[in-house]
Amino acid sequence: MSNIIEFENIGLRYGADAEVLADVSFSLAAGGFYFLTGASGAGKTSLLKLLYLAQRPTRGVLKLFGEDVVMMHRSRLPGFRRRIGVVFQDFRLVPHLSAYDNVALPLRVSGMDEQEIAGPVEEMLSWVGLGDRFDALPASLSGGEQQRMAIARAVIGRPDILVADEPTGNVDPEMAKRLLGLFEALNRLGTTIVIATHDLPLISRIPHAQLMRLDRGRLVDPTGSLRFPPRKAPAQGPEGRSLGKPG
Amino acid sequence: MMEAGEDTLMRRIAKAPQNRWLPEGRRGPMPWIIAIIMFLTLLSGAAGLGLAHALVQTRAQLAGGYTVQIVEAGAKLRAAQVAKIAALLKQDPNVQQVSVVPEDRLLKQLEPWIGQDVRAGELPVPALIDLSVSPGVPARDVDALGKKIAQMASTARVDAHGAYLAPIEKLMRTMMWLAAGLVILMILVTGAVVTLAARSAHETHRGTIDIMHLLGATDIQIARLFQRRIALDAIFGGMVGTIAAVFMLWLLGRNLAATGSELTGLAIIPWQWMPALLLIPIFAVLVAAVTARLTVKHALERSL
Repeated sequence: MSNIIEFENIGLRYGADAEVLADVSFSLAAGGFYFLTGASGAGKTSLLKLLYLAQRPTRGVLKLFGEDVVMMHRSRLPGFRRRIGVVFQDFRLVPHLSAYDNVALPLRVSGMDEQEIAGPVEEMLSWVGLGDRFDALPASLSGGEQQRMAIARAVIGRPDILVADEPTGNVDPEMAKRLLGLFEALNRLGTTIVIATHDLPLISRIPHAQLMRLDRGRLVDPTGSLRFPPRKAPAQGPEGRSLGKPG
Repeated sequence: MMEAGEDTLMRRIAKAPQNRWLPEGRRGPMPWIIAIIMFLTLLSGAAGLGLAHALVQTRAQLAGGYTVQIVEAGAKLRAAQVAKIAALLKQDPNVQQVSVVPEDRLLKQLEPWIGQDVRAGELPVPALIDLSVSPGVPARDVDALGKKIAQMASTARVDAHGAYLAPIEKLMRTMMWLAAGLVILMILVTGAVVTLAARSAHETHRGTIDIMHLLGATDIQIARLFQRRIALDAIFGGMVGTIAAVFMLWLLGRNLAATGSELTGLAIIPWQWMPALLLIPIFAVLVAAVTARLTVKHALERSL
């Protein structure tokens, strides 16, 4: 399976501060399911920012879809971003747009016809339990509903990569299970999933997922299976979870 | 007035989903600032056009006009010289029209200085012959004619009518360029106002722009939103400013016409010239839209 994401000695610093990510190297296979864990301040969100192209690393090589995006001209980045769905920790919904328009946004940005948009958007909103809230503005929804709206927006375009930052943090366990089912379904369709979470029960629900752990900006990888280039063959993870071939 | 007119236009355009990406809401003072700028710009433009029209008309009226002045003290000799010169001029193929100004009329014109009691022949008044030369006659032919006249009467002098109005023409031309300069300055001010407004709008909506960027929107897609919004403001402001300016010009034109003065009448802009004036608001809207697009695009280029 080819690598869809490759990090090689990536370092990231904001301004003149110390590096928030240092010497991060790994590669993720297309169609894989990955969890990213680590304590608060470990650098999870910064690493995700690199993944969804909100930030460029200050050093190292970062390849997405086989292309180095570090030196890439910014005019090419939108094309890459359209292939990446993102669930932000703070949802980042557009406050003046309805649930329908928020979820339709990625499709409209990519230039899809309105007639083609209505069906998938309505279906997706219904699926995340917002079928009766099409016209609701984000401010009128609960945290959980906003999170579901954000997830619906991230997956509506069936992205090649889905990056989610604590995607089940504000939903009840039943909805969390349902949303994870959605991620798995997407993963089965070929989407590479990267989820940053503290939620260990959530991680345990996807037995085939691979795990990455960040500690103070460095990737803690006892098996070495996620390094780029891979140093060792896939092996058992620290919690007895398979770190072998994803999917 | 703005709310109603603008609202209808806004609603129609806002139907397109991409036009809702930025919140519509109140427009702020931008349209009114543009309306004021447009009003002043159109008045300056109208002043420039009025002066240009007056200049063209004056030139047309004075082109080819000359006066022969014979300053001979002896009345008999002067009359003889006038007759000879008039005959010469009438025979010249380059001369279209010749008229000897009657002495009574000259005395009438001199009344403010010499009073009403002076009769013809009592005071040696120079004789005047007005003539007009056919259009396109070379200056050297006019000079040659002047020499012939000088040979007939050593005191005769030929004056071109255009020369009398040369200082006024110079003043009119200066004022015309001043008006043109004001129009250009006003357009630049429009650009500056739009730049500030676009920067401010970009800052206000930075959160939404960041989200759209991360969802894959291009700079052009985002810049187009601002361009559309500011173009609508400029169209509205331009329309209000134009209507107000046209009304003001109509009022001024009516008042100028009422003076009955030939000189002020020349400054009334003919209707055929009006499209040139109306190009100003169209150009201003284009400047506003392009400036908004470039400003936002430039600001976006500073982000990833």
